[in-house]
Amino acid sequence: MLNDHEVLAKEPFFRITKRAHISNFKSWGIRLIAVVLSLIVCAFVIMAITGENPFNVYLGIIDGAIGKKRRLWVTIRETLTLLIIAVGLTPAFKMRFWNIGAEGQVLMGGLATAAVMIYLGPTLPNGIVLLLVFMASILAGLLWGIMPAYFKSKYNTNETLFTLMLNYVAMQIVTFCIVFWEKPSGSNTVGIINGANEGGWLPKLFGLDYGWSLVIVLLMTVGMYVYMKFSKHGYEIAVVGESQNTARYVGIDVKKVIMRTMMISGGICGLAGAIIVSGASHTISTSTAGGRGFTAIIVAWMSKFNPFVMILVSAFLVFMQQGAIQIASQFGLNENASDIITGIILFFLIGSEFFITYKVERTRAKKEATAK
Amino acid sequence: MDSEVAIRLQNVTKRFGDIIANDNVNLLVKKGEILSILGENGSGKTTLMNMLSGIYFPDHGDITVHGKKVTIRSPKDAFALGIGMIHQHFKLIDVLTAAENIILGLPGHERLDMKSIVAEVNELVAKYGFDLDPEQKIYDMSVSQKQTVEIVKVLYRGAEILILDEPTAVLTPQETSKLFDVLRNMRKAGKSIIIITHKLNEVMAISDRVTVLRKGQYIGSIETRDASVEVLTEMMVGQKIDLEIDRTEPMPFVGRIEVKNITCRNRDGVAILKDVSFTSSAGEILGIAGIAGSGQKELLEAVAGLQEIESGEILYHSPEGETVTISDMKAAEIRDLKISLAFVPEDRLGMGLVGSMDLTDNIMLRSYNEGKHFFANRKNPRKLATRIVEKLSVVTPSVDTPVRKLSGGNVQKILLGREIASSPNVLMVAYPVRGLDINSSYMIYNLLGDQKQKGASVICVGEDLDVLMALCDRIVVLSGGELTGIVDARTISKEDIGLLMTSSKKGGAQHAE
Amino acid sequence: MTILLTFIQKAIGQSISILFGATGEIITEKSGNLNLGIPGIMYMGGIAGLMAAFFYERAVETPIGFIGLLLSFAATLIVSALGGLLFCFLTVTLHANQNVVGLSLTTFGIGFGNFFGGSISKLAGGVGQISVATTASAYRANIPVLSKIPVIGELFFSYGFLTYLSIIVALIIGRFLMHTRKGLNLRSVGEDPATADAAGINVTRYKYIATTVGAAIAGLGGLYFVMEYLGGTWTNNGFGDRGWLAIALVILALWKPLNAIWGSLLFGSLFILYIYTPGLTRATQELFKMLPYVITIVVLVITSKREKLENQPPSSLGESYYREDR
Repeated sequence: MLNDHEVLAKEPFFRITKRAHISNFKSWGIRLIAVVLSLIVCAFVIMAITGENPFNVYLGIIDGAIGKKRRLWVTIRETLTLLIIAVGLTPAFKMRFWNIGAEGQVLMGGLATAAVMIYLGPTLPNGIVLLLVFMASILAGLLWGIMPAYFKSKYNTNETLFTLMLNYVAMQIVTFCIVFWEKPSGSNTVGIINGANEGGWLPKLFGLDYGWSLVIVLLMTVGMYVYMKFSKHGYEIAVVGESQNTARYVGIDVKKVIMRTMMISGGICGLAGAIIVSGASHTISTSTAGGRGFTAIIVAWMSKFNPFVMILVSAFLVFMQQGAIQIASQFGLNENASDIITGIILFFLIGSEFFITYKVERTRAKKEATAK
Repeated sequence: MDSEVAIRLQNVTKRFGDIIANDNVNLLVKKGEILSILGENGSGKTTLMNMLSGIYFPDHGDITVHGKKVTIRSPKDAFALGIGMIHQHFKLIDVLTAAENIILGLPGHERLDMKSIVAEVNELVAKYGFDLDPEQKIYDMSVSQKQTVEIVKVLYRGAEILILDEPTAVLTPQETSKLFDVLRNMRKAGKSIIIITHKLNEVMAISDRVTVLRKGQYIGSIETRDASVEVLTEMMVGQKIDLEIDRTEPMPFVGRIEVKNITCRNRDGVAILKDVSFTSSAGEILGIAGIAGSGQKELLEAVAGLQEIESGEILYHSPEGETVTISDMKAAEIRDLKISLAFVPEDRLGMGLVGSMDLTDNIMLRSYNEGKHFFANRKNPRKLATRIVEKLSVVTPSVDTPVRKLSGGNVQKILLGREIASSPNVLMVAYPVRGLDINSSYMIYNLLGDQKQKGASVICVGEDLDVLMALCDRIVVLSGGELTGIVDARTISKEDIGLLMTSSKKGGAQHAE
Repeated sequence: MTILLTFIQKAIGQSISILFGATGEIITEKSGNLNLGIPGIMYMGGIAGLMAAFFYERAVETPIGFIGLLLSFAATLIVSALGGLLFCFLTVTLHANQNVVGLSLTTFGIGFGNFFGGSISKLAGGVGQISVATTASAYRANIPVLSKIPVIGELFFSYGFLTYLSIIVALIIGRFLMHTRKGLNLRSVGEDPATADAAGINVTRYKYIATTVGAAIAGLGGLYFVMEYLGGTWTNNGFGDRGWLAIALVILALWKPLNAIWGSLLFGSLFILYIYTPGLTRATQELFKMLPYVITIVVLVITSKREKLENQPPSSLGESYYREDR
C-alpha cells in the first residue's frame, strides 16, 4: 500500500538556509567573485566568436573605456547619465513602485529640452534658455511620472505595465515631433540643434566639457542620499514601500506620497533627458534614452538603493559597455556585443545575491542508515 | 516493534539559522488514538508537525511510520504515507471551488471530470456528516466551511493519520464540539489524530494522551486520564503558575467612545458592519467577541479613522466633557486633535509596525511628523525606544535591530509600549496575545489592566472566550457584522456567548451562508 | 472590399507574433512567473531559427525547404527554451527578483539577436543580404487548393502553417489550463505556491516547465516574424516592441489564451491602421502608431477597477517561493 521505495530514495543533496547575518566583507567578496566569474565567461564567449586571446580582449576593453582622454570622458559622461537616472528611480523603487518608465521619462525630458533649444535657443540669452531647459525637462518627466502614479493610487493600476507602455507613447511623440523638426528635410533626423550658436548647450565648467553635468549629477546623488535617509519624506517613502497598511495606520496620506514621489522620480529622469540632450548629444531621436532607463533599474536594484553604491555600479557597467564597443570595432564585431556582455555580467551579479542571502551546505552523507 | 504504533519520531532536530525550533524531540502516536501536542506558542509544535507533513525536512533524527523508517521530503511523500495535515492558516486557493481544492495535486485521469469528482466528494461528505457544497468557491465560504474543506481534502486523499494545527482557534464553542464529535467518529474508524493546541481544556476534553513540548524540547507524554490542568501547565511552562487574571472593578460608567448605528461596506459592496451601536466607558475593558471575520477588524478601524463609514457616526467624549464627531475624520486628523487614541492592530508587522525597520524608526511612526522641520528627528524616538525596552524588558540586541528579528512577544511589547507611551484615553487592541507565550500574555493582560485603572477606555478584540470572560468587564458580541448582544463578562456563560456569536439580530440560529 | 481583405490579411500578419508571445507569457504567468524577458527571448528565438536555416542553406548545395524548416523550428524552440530556463534558474532556484532578471534578459536577448543578426548579415555580404529563400518559402507555403477559393481562400487559407499553429497552440493552452489536472495544478502554483506545495505539487518543477515551454512558444513568435513576415531575412531591431505588446496583451486577455486570439487581432489591426486610414499626414501617422499603447493603458486602467476575483492576475505573480522562508 505504501509507496516506501520511492519515498526512501529521495534525499536532498543540499540544504539551503537563510543567513542570519553576513559581514560586509563577505558579501562584497561574493559580488567580486561573481564579477570575476562573469568576466571569465565573457572572455570565453568573446574567444569563441573572435578566436582572440582573452587578455588581449580585456586590454582592448580597458583601452576602449579609458585608454584615451576622450574615451575616458565618454565613459564618465555615460556613467553620469546612467547614474542620474538610477538616482531618479531610487525613491520610486524604495516605495516599491515599479517605475519601468524611466526610458519614457528621459525621452520626454529630452524632447522638452530639444523643443526649448529649437524654439528659444537662438533668440534668448543662454542662461535663460538653460533655466527654461531644466524647468521644461523636469516638468515633462514629472508629467510622465505622475500619470501612472495617479492611477496607481486611485485604482491600484499596475504601474509596471503602465510605465512600460508610456515609454512607447513617448517614442511616438518624439517621432511625431521629428517630422516637424527634421533637418535636413526628409532625413527623418533632427541633426545637431543650434550647432552655430550653441543656444541651450550646457557650457564648459572648469574647462571641462561635462563639468556642469558632473556637478548636477553629483549634487543629485548626494541630495538623494540625504533626502532618503534623513528627511521626513524619505521616511514616509520607506514606510509606504514596506507596508501601505502601516502607512495608512499612522496617518500617512499614501496617495499623496505616491504622487509626490513619482513627481520627484519622473522629474529627475526628465532632468536626465536635459543632461543628455543639452549636455552631450545636442539632438533628439527615439534612441536618446537608449535603453539606459532599463539598465538604470538594474543599477538601482543592485545598489540596494544606496546612491553612493550606484556610482560604483554604473561606472562598472559603463566601463564594460564602452570597452565592449571598442573591442567590437577592433575585432570587427558589431556594437551589440556590448549588450551581450552586459547581460552576462548582470546575470552573474543578480545570481550572486542568492549566495549573500542564503547559505548552501552539502547534506552530510551520514544518512546511510536511513537508506538501508 | 509494536504494530499499534502509527508514527514514531526519534531525536528529531530542526534549526532555522541560529534558532533551534526542535531539539532532539521524541514522539509516539498509536493507531486509533487522539494525541494532543501541547505547548506554548513558540514551543515548536507546528515545526515538528510540518516535518511529518513534508513542509520542512529535519536536520537530523529518524521518522518511523507503521514500523518503517521513512524520509519525508515533500507533502507528496507524506500523502503517500497516509499523513494529512490541516494547517492553522488554511492552505486553500480562493479562486477555486471546494472540489478543485480537494483534488489539487492528485494523480488521476488527466482530463478533469469535475462531475464525477463532485459526486465522489459528496459521497465522502455524506459519510461523515459534513455540511459542504463541493462547487462553492472558497472565497464565498465562512471560516468553519473552509476548515471542513481542509478536513475533507485530507480524507479524500485516504489519510490514516490526521494532524490538526490549532483547529478550534477560529470556531465557536458549538462548532468546536461538533468538530470534536467528528474527530471521535474518525477515531472509531481507526484513524490516528494529532491535535496541536495550547488550550488545556481542549486537551482534557478530546485527547487520549498528551505530549508536551517546551522551548523546542520534548518534556514528556502522559495519559489524559492521569493528567490535570495543573500538571499540564507545569509541564508546559516549566514552573507553577497562577492562571488567574487580575481583574479590578471598573470605574463608574462615563461614555468615552460612542458608536452610533454605523454601517460599513467592503470593496465588493458587501456590508461588513450593520447598524452597530455601543458606548465604551472610561476605566473599563470592553471585550469584542465574534467568530473570525464578523466585523471586529472593521469596527476598530472605523473608530481609528481607517475605515470608510457608509452611515452612522462615532463620537468621542473627552474627559473634559467635550464631544467630537470623529467618524468623518481621517486617522491623521484624529491624531492632530490629541484625542490620544491608541490602536494595537491584529496585523502587528503588517500594520502596526514595519518589520524591516529598527526599533527607533518604528517608535517614530507615531511622532515623525511633529514639528515643521523638513528633516526627521530621531533623537527623541530613540530615547523612547530605549525606555520601552527597559520598562517592558524587551529582549533585543539593541534599539537598532529590525523588529522582524524579534520574537512575537517582544514585537507585541514594542507595539503596545509605543501605543501606551502617550497615555491614551482610548486604547484599542486586537488579539493582543495571539502567538505569545504565557508569561508575555500575562504581562500584556497586566498592562491592559493598568491602562484601565488609569482611566483609559480599553477595547479588546479577542478570540479565546475564556480569556475575554476573565479579562473584560463587558463584552460586545458581533455576528456577521451585526451586534447581537452586550453582556456582563462576569456573569455570562461561554455557551451563551457562543450562541450570540452565531445568532442573527432578529433572533433564531443563523446558518452561515 | 479588396482593401478590407488586404487589411485583415495584413492585420493577421502583424498579430501572429504577438499571439505567440502572449500565449507563452500566459502559461508562464500562470505559474507565478512574470517573465519580462519575453521580448528578448522572442529576438533570440527569431535569430536562432534564421541562423539554423542560413547555415543549412549555405552548407547544402540544393537545400530542401522542409529540412530547413525543421532545423530552424527546432533551433528556435531550443534557444528560446534556454532563455526561459535561464530566467527560471535565476528567479526560482536563486530567488532573484523577477523584474530585474526579466529586464536583463530582454537587454541580453535583443543584443543577442542584433549581434548575430548583424554578424551573419556581414557573412552574407551586407545589411539585408541574408536570404534563406528556400526555408522561408516553406514557411510561407499555404494550403494548395483552399487558398485559391476567392475571398474565403484569401481570408482563411492564405497563410503559412505558423499562423494556424499559433491559434492551435492558444486553444490547446487554454484547454490545458481549464480542463486538465496539470492545468489546475499549474494555476494553483501561480495563485498560492505554498498551498500547491502542501497539496503535493512540485512547485519548482511546474514553474520550470511552464516558464520554459512558455518561452519556447514565445520564441516561435520571433521565428514567425523572421520567416513568414520578413521572408527570411534580418533587420536590426526590426522586431521592434512586439514583445512588450505581447506582455500587454496578456492583461488585455485577462490571462485567457482564447481572448488573446481576439486581442492579438485587435493589436495587429491597430498596428497597421495608419496605412489604411485615408487622409493622414506623416505626422498624424505617427500619432496613429501610438494607438496600441494608448489602448493598452486604457484597458489597464479599466480592468484595474474591476472587482471579479477570477479576472485578476495570478496572486503570487512576481514573487519567488522558498518553502522554508520564515
